[in-house]
Amino acid sequence: MTLVRISDDALAIACGADAVAQAFAEAGCTVERVSSWGMHWLEPLAEIDGMGFGPLVPGDVAAVLAGSSPKALGAIEDHPFIARQQRFTFARAGKTRPLSLEDYAAHGGWHGLERARSIGPEATIDTVTRSGLRGRGGAGFPAGIKWQTVANAPGALKYIVCNADEGDSATFADRMVMEGDPFMLIEGMAIAAHAVGAHRGYVYIRSEYPHAIAKMEVAVALSAEMIAPFVLEVRVGAGAYVCGEETSLLNSLEGKRGEVRAKPPLPALEGLFGKPTVVNNVLTLAAVPFILAKGATAYADIGFGRSRGTMPVQLAGNIRHGGLFEVGFGITLGELVNDIGGGTASGRPVRAVQVGGPLGAYHPPSEFHLPFDYESFAAADALIGHAGITVFDDTADMSAQARFAFAFCAAESCGKCTPCRIGAVRGVEVMDRIRSRSGRAADPVEHLPQMRNAAKAPRTVSDEIALIEDLCETMKFGSLCALGGFTPYPVLSALRHFPQDFGAEPQQQVAAE
Amino acid sequence: MTRIETIIAAHAGREGPLLPILHDVQAALGHVPEEAVRTIAQALNLSRAEVHGVVSFYHDFHALPEPRRVVKLCRAEACQARGVEALVRDLPDVAGVKVETVYCLGLCSVGPNAMVGDTLHARLDSARLGQLMADMA
Repeated sequence: MTLVRISDDALAIACGADAVAQAFAEAGCTVERVSSWGMHWLEPLAEIDGMGFGPLVPGDVAAVLAGSSPKALGAIEDHPFIARQQRFTFARAGKTRPLSLEDYAAHGGWHGLERARSIGPEATIDTVTRSGLRGRGGAGFPAGIKWQTVANAPGALKYIVCNADEGDSATFADRMVMEGDPFMLIEGMAIAAHAVGAHRGYVYIRSEYPHAIAKMEVAVALSAEMIAPFVLEVRVGAGAYVCGEETSLLNSLEGKRGEVRAKPPLPALEGLFGKPTVVNNVLTLAAVPFILAKGATAYADIGFGRSRGTMPVQLAGNIRHGGLFEVGFGITLGELVNDIGGGTASGRPVRAVQVGGPLGAYHPPSEFHLPFDYESFAAADALIGHAGITVFDDTADMSAQARFAFAFCAAESCGKCTPCRIGAVRGVEVMDRIRSRSGRAADPVEHLPQMRNAAKAPRTVSDEIALIEDLCETMKFGSLCALGGFTPYPVLSALRHFPQDFGAEPQQQVAAE
Repeated sequence: MTRIETIIAAHAGREGPLLPILHDVQAALGHVPEEAVRTIAQALNLSRAEVHGVVSFYHDFHALPEPRRVVKLCRAEACQARGVEALVRDLPDVAGVKVETVYCLGLCSVGPNAMVGDTLHARLDSARLGQLMADMA
């Protein structure tokens, strides 16, 4: 009987994988539902004896089984999109049944946890530190140092919190880990718990990921014995983007409004319920089993500058070959977008790519030489964030994208600090005036004699642009967290690289932020 | 025991039980009524204002019931790049169906995307979205 492997990842299911799986089953095949290879433009993708077929609809099944399908892709492992990757975190992607403990153990699972238990907490932290692993949520803080801080903190009660509130547009790697290889995340959390002396952990998953929640709950129950005495629990967010910020997430876990806390105190010292807490992103924790099993050097050997190891890059938006591409740091933006991503899905020229989600900068093709690395992006007034790349073709209006950045911030602001809460709303208003090219006359209050500093002359578009720059400066330096603080990145980068969309002269030099 | 008290009892002993309780109330009743806020506040030794503050903070909790069926349409950047705003302009008016904006369903390479209940729909165009909404009505 023919064995057919089809992903049960949410993306594959949304693209119709269930119907294709059923068609194979009705044709007499044994169907195994596995994790996704991450080649999203080919989903639903079926694998038979290592050979791939996709994207399939139920009507293709007969031709696939007869060996005459024009959707045959050849050996999946040899597909250029897969062959060019260095898969450490996603080594099992496409190969194992997500909730099979047997498959996980057969493909190298639990080796990292066994190693951590045999070498002890101190050597475990030392291994993570030497691997150079940095927080994959966006901030890039060295994971080993965070763990050491929690390990050194006094107190018997400590927590491990996994930030799985992956709200950035263009990111889906956390979701793919939780849906495709949930035991790897659990193993990573168990290693962290062992290293810092924590006995309780939480995975905080956003409510927009029902498939990930369901799989993680089953996986936690199945693996409870493996990770004991560490106890893990899944918690579900409630639709607040800002809860991806670690202190806001902690408040939400405690059952409060997801408002950001001022730092210090660091969560590592006073985190969940005031106890020392490791808060790490899914990808950070998911990288740990590899590091422990294969050694710090195996991980650190790959990479660029101070960014060591691999990054699961997510290619999204208007891109021909969208999906998950895990690769060592240092690959250029242009290689990712053009060589691997194949340019736009619409076939039109690329106008801009946004890297790092809604708070990341827009890059024109003239910046495609940038190597994917925390420091290189920071030097270009940009960030890699959670490594999501959204491609836009030449129909994109960049002033509309700048307005959206403010509108998104206004919709998702927790309201605690003024620059974010009010600045975002004012930003939308000013952007609307810029976009309508209307300028603005002084209002009656501004004409009052006591308003000595208010301008009486009508404001031009360039006055409004100066106002946007001022506002961005206030938000960047005055906000408590990255939501207000990083909203200026998409706004100012759009303004800097595409001034003509704002009605400004193309040659006008916009102050670099 | 009322339905709300049963839900609260099911979460007894958990750390920070408010969000799990509110999720269950929202799922059971379709909204979080004033009466539930009162009962939960009493049970968790919180003020009604604190519970109300949490209910009103999160997009998933609603103080009033929604009689229509809801389709959550993603309008974040990746779906914008794939043309969701054109779908929004062409949205049909289907009685009994409400279209809500959601920011990101995590299917950013195959948008525009939408979610109805827990069911995801990818690669939408105007026709497919219209059909989806017509089927819901």
